[in-house]
Order: sequence, then structure tokens, then C-alpha cells
Amino acid sequence: MKTFSRLSVPYLVWLFMMVLAPMLLIAFYAITDSGNGIINFTFTLKHFAKFFTDRDFLLILWRSLVIAVKTTVICTVIGYPVAYFIAGSSDKVRNALILAITIPMWINMLVRTYAWIGILSDGGPLQRLLEMLGFGSPELMYTEGAVLLGMVYNFIPFMILQINTSLCKMDKSLIEASADLGADKLQTFLRVVFPLSLPGVVSGISLVFLPAVSSFFIPKLLGGGQFFLIGNVIENQFITVGEWNFGSAISMIMAAVMMCSMYLVRRLDLKTEGKVSKARTLPGGRLAS
Amino acid sequence: MKKEKRIFGKLLMGAMIVFFYLPIVFMIIFSFNSGKSLTHFDGFSLRWYERMFNNREMMQSLYTTIVVAVIATAVSTVLGTVSAIGLSKSRRVIRDVAMQINDFPIMNPEIVTAIGLMLLFITFHIEKGFMTMLLAHIAFCTPYVILSVMPKIRSLDPNLADAAMDLGATPIKALTSVIVPQIMPGVFSGALIAFTMSCDDFVISYFVTGRGVKNLSIMVYTMSKRVNPSINAISTLVVLLITLVLIIINVIPVIKEKREKKRNEKIVA
Repeated sequence: MKTFSRLSVPYLVWLFMMVLAPMLLIAFYAITDSGNGIINFTFTLKHFAKFFTDRDFLLILWRSLVIAVKTTVICTVIGYPVAYFIAGSSDKVRNALILAITIPMWINMLVRTYAWIGILSDGGPLQRLLEMLGFGSPELMYTEGAVLLGMVYNFIPFMILQINTSLCKMDKSLIEASADLGADKLQTFLRVVFPLSLPGVVSGISLVFLPAVSSFFIPKLLGGGQFFLIGNVIENQFITVGEWNFGSAISMIMAAVMMCSMYLVRRLDLKTEGKVSKARTLPGGRLAS
Repeated sequence: MKKEKRIFGKLLMGAMIVFFYLPIVFMIIFSFNSGKSLTHFDGFSLRWYERMFNNREMMQSLYTTIVVAVIATAVSTVLGTVSAIGLSKSRRVIRDVAMQINDFPIMNPEIVTAIGLMLLFITFHIEKGFMTMLLAHIAFCTPYVILSVMPKIRSLDPNLADAAMDLGATPIKALTSVIVPQIMPGVFSGALIAFTMSCDDFVISYFVTGRGVKNLSIMVYTMSKRVNPSINAISTLVVLLITLVLIIINVIPVIKEKREKKRNEKIVA
């Protein structure tokens, strides 16, 4: 049996070289001065200082967070009822609908985002539709709205699928139990179904929020040069400017902000989960579990 | 009341489907436009397809995408499967640590993985190009293979390999003809995930490539700065290819099932 354990040795080496070492390198570059090699170097925190003392960078970070929150809220508000509808359909319809949602996900993300350019551009169908409805002819391309639309389009399938999974996994007898105990439909939804689907909502949020914060091709394609997000700053530092040290520091700051926000979201989930399990131990809830 | 709710749900669902497919359909229609405009349809023509096939850069990017995806899928599937088997027999500490690190590329924002790999190649003076792109793809595909193979191995009887070897099989034979066939569904779905991840990737490829090596995503990214309906044409081609692959993937199990049924019927008869 132990002979097989040797099979993992190449991958352990690979993991160290291709996964762990790059992460360590980012941290290393973030705290060393540019122009140094990995043999002789000087530690410095000036990259972090540069970021936090520059109003523009802080503003961009703030803007990235705001648009990611907006994307997440829209995806949750629209995605939840859609997932609820799918979960309530018959097996056959449900499978077909899930397939219909996953097919576009197979198409290259860049291609899907690019596809919106035609619809959003000046004189395009959406602008003409808005004109007909009496909204004038607003600029659509290269606005915050376009970026938001692109993000929702790219990330909402994750939210729908996550919520749908958690709704389908739910024990249906809990809903019956709640009805037997005299709760009406709305009460059952608010006190039983919704709290139990929260884990799905939370993992949906992380699958939408995290890529939305760090996204850089959606703002570039649909926002033009006008709409700069933190991902674009990192791209700029690495590809155009060549300031790898500063770029590494920014990406560490971004990763830290992401971790903090996900920590907050998870705590929200734990709180409600505590309530649910508490409800289960109450005399009335014991029936259900 | 309930019926009303379903109507609201149906409307929302319908709107969602339109939202998902409208841009894709729109793009396909305009790939046949004879004019250069992305908003006015002037008439049917195949000129953008002709342009696309004559554009070396575009064809090259399609070729790069497919070659990288095929090699990365093959390597990461073999590496992932073998390593997952190895890890499942390793000491618990090693396995847990390895699985933690294995999660990094999955949990990290893509851009962080991307710049990490870029820094790695820069630091060790590896010239960026096709090879670095391939290595990076293997690096982010393998974790997914391991994640999809691992549960299958866990559900296996741990004595299976021992039994095979007691019966005289060499370790390699026990691996290839006893263990691997049992975990094949996991291996297959891992390979599928790897292939799609590789085809779909933009961020990581963009940071680790060099010397003008471009995959499809990078090509769209760099070309979309100007109006260029050939992108619609190549995107349509991609949509077509993916639809074909999806049909094949969905049809093969059905055919297999039918064959199996037939065979069983024969045996019964």
C-alpha cells in the first residue's frame, strides 16, 4: 500500500514550485525595493505607504468595492427568485433550465463580454429601445452602467446555481412541518426556507463578489479607459509600467480587503445558522429535525 | 395566488434566458453582416469569415488555445489522477497540507495567481511564451482534477489494491486495471473541467505569455479596441465548436446506455 504514497512526490514538488513559491514571491516583492534580485535585497514598506497616501489609488479601491457590492446585490436580488423558480419546477424542466444557464458559461468569458459591445454601442438596439420608450438616447457604452451590466452578466449564473443547489438539497418535510405547525406561506419562506438557503447565498456571494472586485477585462472592454478599477491598476503596474514591487503590494492589499469582506459575510451566515439550529432545539422545532 | 407566482417566475425566467442568449445571438447575426457596423445590418455576407480565415494572427490564436488546452488537459489529468491516488495513501499530515495548498489556485483571485506565476518566471529568468503559458495552465488545471478525483478514491474500498496485488498483480497493474477504472467518472469530469478552464482562461494567460503568443481570449482583448467584425466571426466559430462539443458530451452517455441495454438484452436472451 505504501508504495503508492510515493506517487504523490512529484506533485508535492510541483505544488511547492508552481503554487506556493509564486505566492511567497508576491509577498517578497511587495516588501522589497525594486531593482533588487532575490540574492541581495532591501526590505521596505514604501509600496504600501505609496498606496495608502495616494488619494487616487484609495478612490479606485473604493470604487472597485462599491461596484462589486452593487453587482453582488443585483445578482442576489435577481438570482434568488430565478433559483427559487428553477428549484420549484419538475425534474425535467429543472434540468433543462440548468443546462440553459450553464451553456453560456462554456463560452469564453472574453467572447461573451465582447458580445455586449454591439448591443450597447451608439445607435445599437438597446439605445434605440430606450429612445422609443422615451428615455432620450443616453450613452450606454463606456459608462459605469455598462460595466455593471457586464459583471452581472458574467457572474449571475454562479449565484443562481449555488442558491438552486441549496434550495434543492433542503429537506422538503421541513416545509410541510412548518405548514402543519400553522405557518402561512410567507412565514414558512421567511423563517424556514430562506434561512436554510443562506449557505447557498453566501457561497454565491463569494463567487460573485471576489471575481467582481478583481475583474479587469470587463471594465476595460465595456468601460473603456474611463472606468478604472483596482484590477486595472494591477494590470497597469505589471504589463505597462513594469513596477512589479508596487503591483505586488497592491495585489496583497486587494487580497486582504477581499478576505476581510468575506469574513464579514461568513459571520452573517454563522449568526443566522446559529438561530436556525437554536430553533431546531426548541420544542416546536424538534419535530422538524 | 400560487398560479400568479408561477407566472411571475416564468416571466422572470424568460427574461433571464433572453438576457443570457441575446448578446450571443446578436453577435452571431452581425458576423454575417456585409457592412462594418456592429449596429446596422446591411445585408448577408461571409466576408468577415473570409477575413478571419486569412488573418494569420486569429488562426494562430485559435490554434494556440486548442493546443494548450489539449496538452494541459492531458498532463493535468494524468498528474492529478496519479497524485490523488498517491495522496490518498500518504500520511494524513502530508495529505492535509497538500490539499490546503492545492486549494490556493481555486480560492485565490485569478489575477493573484497570474501575477504570482509571472513573478516566478521573471525571477528565474524563464522566457515568457508558449511554454510558460502551458506550464501555467497545467498549474491551475491540476487542482481541479485532484478535487474531482479525490472523492471517488475516498469511496473506494482501501483494500482493493492489496487484493489485486495478493492475486499476483504488480503495483502498476493493480493501479491501471483495478483502481483507475473504478475512478474513471471522476477522472473524466476532472478532465472536462480542466479543458474548459484552459479554453476559457484569459487573466492567467495574459500575464504569463510573451513573444506575441496569444490565445483566443488575449486576441479578443487586444483586438476589441477597434471595431472589427472578424471578432464576431471567430466568436461565432467558437460558439459553434462548443455547441458541438456539448452535444457530443451529452449524446455519448445516451448511446453508451443504449448499447449496454442491448448487450444486456442479448445476455438475457
